[in-house]
Parts: sequence; structure tokens; C-alpha cells
Amino acid sequence: MSLEELQKIAAAAKVKAESYEHHVHVCMAASCQSCGAADIKTQLTETVKENGAEADIWVKGVGCMGLCSAGPLVRVESPADESEYLYQKVGTEDVSELYASIDGNPVERMRCQTEIPFFARQQKIVLENSGRIDPEQIDDYIAEGGYTSLVRALTGMSPQEVLREVSDSGLRGRGGGGYPAGLKWATVARSPAPVKYVICNADEGDPGAFMDRAVLESDPHRILEGMALAAYAVGAEYGYIYIRAEYPLAVERLKKAIRQATRHGFLGRQICETPFSFEIEIRLGAGAFVCGEETALISSIEGQRGQPSPRPPYPADEGLWDCPTLINNVETLANVPAIVREGGEWFQSIGTEKSTGTKVFALAGRIAHTGLIEVPMGITLREIIEEIGGGIPEGRKFKAVQTGGPSGGCLPEENLDMPVEYDTLRAAGSIMGSGGMIVMDETSSMVDVARYFMDFCMTESCGKCVPCRAGTFQMHGLLTKIARGEATAADLQLLEELCDVVRDTSLCGLGQTAPNPVVSTLRYFRHEYEEKLKTDSTDLEIVAS
Amino acid sequence: MEHKRRVRPVAPKPPSNDKRWKLVDVAMRRNGYSGHALIETLHTVQDCFGFLDDVSMRYVASSLRLPTSKVYGVATFYHLFTLKPQGEHTCVVCTGTACYIKGANHLLEGIEDRYKIHPGQTTKNGSLSLLSARCLGACGLAPAAVVDGKVVGNQTTEELLTEIEKVV
Repeated sequence: MSLEELQKIAAAAKVKAESYEHHVHVCMAASCQSCGAADIKTQLTETVKENGAEADIWVKGVGCMGLCSAGPLVRVESPADESEYLYQKVGTEDVSELYASIDGNPVERMRCQTEIPFFARQQKIVLENSGRIDPEQIDDYIAEGGYTSLVRALTGMSPQEVLREVSDSGLRGRGGGGYPAGLKWATVARSPAPVKYVICNADEGDPGAFMDRAVLESDPHRILEGMALAAYAVGAEYGYIYIRAEYPLAVERLKKAIRQATRHGFLGRQICETPFSFEIEIRLGAGAFVCGEETALISSIEGQRGQPSPRPPYPADEGLWDCPTLINNVETLANVPAIVREGGEWFQSIGTEKSTGTKVFALAGRIAHTGLIEVPMGITLREIIEEIGGGIPEGRKFKAVQTGGPSGGCLPEENLDMPVEYDTLRAAGSIMGSGGMIVMDETSSMVDVARYFMDFCMTESCGKCVPCRAGTFQMHGLLTKIARGEATAADLQLLEELCDVVRDTSLCGLGQTAPNPVVSTLRYFRHEYEEKLKTDSTDLEIVAS
Repeated sequence: MEHKRRVRPVAPKPPSNDKRWKLVDVAMRRNGYSGHALIETLHTVQDCFGFLDDVSMRYVASSLRLPTSKVYGVATFYHLFTLKPQGEHTCVVCTGTACYIKGANHLLEGIEDRYKIHPGQTTKNGSLSLLSARCLGACGLAPAAVVDGKVVGNQTTEELLTEIEKVV
């Protein structure tokens, strides 16, 4: 595949698109599908057929449009008069009305305003094709400039040059840790080992986070291209995508994408008539949160229990089957094609100095607009929650925002004007995490929230090291005691001590970060804990009797 | 790279004439009967039979030439594998953070009260299994549940119980 051939495919796809007068895009991502989007698409297609308008109207299934709480979403675009209408909560009974409106006036009662900050304030890199292209058609991706970065890199750039662009971009790992991607790549690239691997970590385990799934479901080719570029830069020939088995739609689309990419010669032997070869295999997870940790993930791919091992050696030196292995998160890899296309400097100009680029967040909880957003780094939490998210519904008061899932923390009102960056979030006692952002209002008890996350960590602890296995169990017991109002000040003190011990002595990230939700809620909402404590021994007797 | 096929002295026979064992064999053969395909194989067994029992785990162990203890260890380590047969119908309640904040606990309590089962259990007559999921990723629909493969969102306890009654 040469650049000319690629451009020919893109041009053909564009000609096809332009031959239609109207484009009807139906969101076919998991959230809208669970509200019946598939039926709507089928009915729309049938209605178009019945009216003999197949040549004018193109009904297309696309990826996630972002505003999941208003699903199923349908967008009608008419390139001729440049009109674009987004419809929300579309039901099968609305299909005929929707069809009739394509040539006439829009259906006002279902319209979703696209000028609202939820759409207007976003800046899209990772999600640039999401909600626009059909994830099951490689030509759609190519028409949007897909695979040009790969072909350009293979035919005109050395691996070192690709690596330099990624280093220059300042891209940091989007899985939560925030380790500079360029450094990780360079370590693997430096190794003289003959066999190396690239792994895409798609084991999105944080409860309340669905960014990676949306990317995989909406734009799977982007991940393949990112992985191929990474493999070229570090000198790997084999890649694995480790994905949760709970994401059947994403798995199916990835498999399809791999087949299509192999047929087009973007994967396989001698890609673009160069000596570079790269093959990708999918490995299914089986429901273990700890497998998001690099070394545990590698054990799982090797068919073992997903237990982490001490580092060093780091996977970049000795990873899968003891070969140097590059592990990157889905979102990190999804940024790579854009970085290679536009250059590292361009990427660095977005966001802030230490946290470059954009970040995808899954906004959920007590917030008006639930869904997927991509914003430049450095935006404040207040802008995300009050403007993009539309604030707290039902006139309730904001209480806390939780970032980073079970490894993160809860931030109160006074932190809302803080810019969203890796380092500021960490300083405030939370972490960037993979991108789950759960908003809580005054109805949530922070002790309960801390207990909820501790319950999660306790269940998910792999059991290999004692501090995590026993520590999370004990902390959960103490939190339950506090929540029930049976605890004393001594229990609270013990809880705080345990937080330190578990954080300092656990083997892997799961245990080291498990106390975070407790520590952060104690830091900002200590009074809620203290209110639940028993004051003196007379209370004890009352409870006992 | 040429894949060398391992020489297998005695291929263990499937435990029964059930045709589903052929699918399991295909999965193991596709991965060259290698031990690192254990998780893939267990996925196939569970897809075919609905759960993993002693017979299937022993068969997989001898086919992949792994100790039974290792197969059992892996099967019990991962939450997705189940060693008990499921009921005729299933209800999965999402307990992800977004659903938790919006009251997933009440949904679970409602079902526990009505059917006297806890997550991971099946009713005595085998008609309903109650499960909890870490996160369905349908946070926009919180609190959400899956009844026999159909996702239902924004549920109250009464609504979910009605959904379950429709199928059970």
C-alpha cells in the first residue's frame, strides 16, 4: 500500500459520501444500543428503502457521539445546505416523523442543541472520528486521513524520528500513572533483544469509566494504527490487545478491524513493501481489576493468574515471555496517529506545560449531562462540571467529584478551580486516573463512598502480598463499623495508620493506591467521619443493652 | 516464522460424546495446545457449557498438560469464570460507581428481598440467578441492570422487579 493508493481509497470514499444528499448518522455505541439504537437504524434503513431514496439518503451506524444520557442519538446532516441536526432520545415510533423531516423542517421536540457548552467546549483529538465514521468500515477511517501517518512513517521516517515526535509531544500515559510515553518507548527501543512486544492495555477496570470502550467501539482502526506506529518505533513485530471480555461489542469490532487492516496490508508481513512486519492478536481478560497493572496483565496474557510481580525488572526490559515489552493504554495509543500526522510540537502546544494534549473523561453520577468528553488539559474542574456537565440536577448542591476510580480521591468544592493536570490532581490527594469522573451531591455520604471503594479493592486484591490482602479487609471492616455508628476515636486512628501501612508496603499499584479514597475523604470531609463516632463509654452500654 | 506442532503422545479423550467438546478442542488446537492459552480455553468452555465443572477443568488440564491445581487456580482467580451452573434467567445489577451513587444498592436489596438470593446465588427452583457487575460501562443509564441480556437503564426497584417478573 503506497500513499497514492491510500489517497485513491480516500477519494473514492469521499465521492461516495458526496453522492448522497443527506447523511443520517445513528449512534451504535454500547450505551445507545442498550436504548434500542439498532432497531432505529434498521427501521430508518427500511423506511428509506420503501420510499426508494437509497441513492439520496445514507443511513450509517457511527460510534459514540458523547452525550450518552440523551441516547439514542441520531444526527441528520445535509451537506448541500450545510444543515446539521442532532436528535436525542429517539424511539422507533419517531422514525417516520424523522424520515419526513429530512427534506423539510427539523423535528423540534426531539432536537438536541449542539451549541451548548457540552459540545462547544470540547477539543477532540482521540475522539475526532468518533460519532462521524462507521467503525466497521476501514474506508471511512481512511477517508478521514486514517493510516496516512503509518504509511508516511514507514516510507519516509526512521523509527528514531517517530520516537522523537512522541517524545517531543510530551504525551504522558493516559492509563493513570502519567509516565512519559516517549521515555517508555525509548527504553524498549534501546534494547537489542531480537523479539519485542507491544501491548495495548484495554482492561478498563475502573468502575464508572468507559472512555476506552468508547474509543475501541467508535474508532478501532485508530488503535491499530497507533500500535503499528509504536511497534515501528520500538522495533516490535508482535502485538497484543488485552481487552475485557465484558466488552463484547468492542471485541467484535476490533476483530473485524484487524481482518480489514490485514487485508489492506496495514498489518501482516512487509507492510507497505518495507521490511517492517507487525501482527496483532486479541487476548480476552476474565474480570480482574488487578490485570490493569502491567506485570499482572503480562501474567494474564501468559495464561497465569493475574498477579503482579515486583519491579524492576520493568516490562520495558523484561516483559512478556521475558522480552522487552511496551505497554500503553488505549487512549495513549489513540493519540499517536495524530501526533505523527501533525508533529510533536503541535501536540505540545495543546494543554499545559507538564500535561500536554487533551484528556477524555467519562462524566457520570449526579450531573445533568452524562457522557464522554474530551477537553484540553489545564481546564478547571468547575468548567467541566458546571459548564460542560451542565451542573447538578434537581437544584441540589455539589459535594465532591471523584477522579481516578478506586485509586483516586474525592475533591471538594474548594478544589474546583484547580486546573486538571497530572501533578495538581496528585497534590490535591487524587489522581488523573484513566478518566472516570463521578460527581456527587449532598445526598452522598462520604464514609459510604470510601467504604464502597474499599469494598471494591478488597474484592479485587489478588492476595499475593499481605498488606493489600489483609489491609484492605481490615480497613473495610473499620469503615463498616464507622458507617454503622459503632466505632470509636481509636478505630479512626487505626484506620489512618492502616492507610499509611497499606500505601507504603503493598507490592503493586492496587494496594499502594487503595487507601486514596479514604485518605482524601478524611482530608476534606473528616467531620462526616467524626459525626459517626461514638463519644464516650456510656454510648457503648446503650448499644450493648 | 514456522510454527512447530507439538508431538502429543496420548491425546486425552473428551469426557463425553457431547458435540460441544469439539468446540473446546478447536480452541485448544488453534493455540497449539500451549499452556498460555488456558484462559482462552476456559472462556470457550464457559461459552459452550455455561460454567466450569470438575470434569471440564480436568479435561482442559490434561489436554494442555497443566496441573489441575493451576487450572483450578486460574478458574477461581478471575471473576468472570463461574463454577456453578446459572439459573434459567439471569439478572445482572451494575454496581459501578455511577450506579452506586444513583442507588444500585436499593435495586439489589429489592431483589434480595423478593427472591431471597444474594449476588452470585440462584433461586432454589433454578429460575433466576442474581449477579452483580463491576461496571457495565452504561453510566449514562445509571442505575442499570441486564435482564437476560437486555440492558435496562434508569431503574427503580419496582421497575426492575417488573422487568424480572416478565421473564421469570
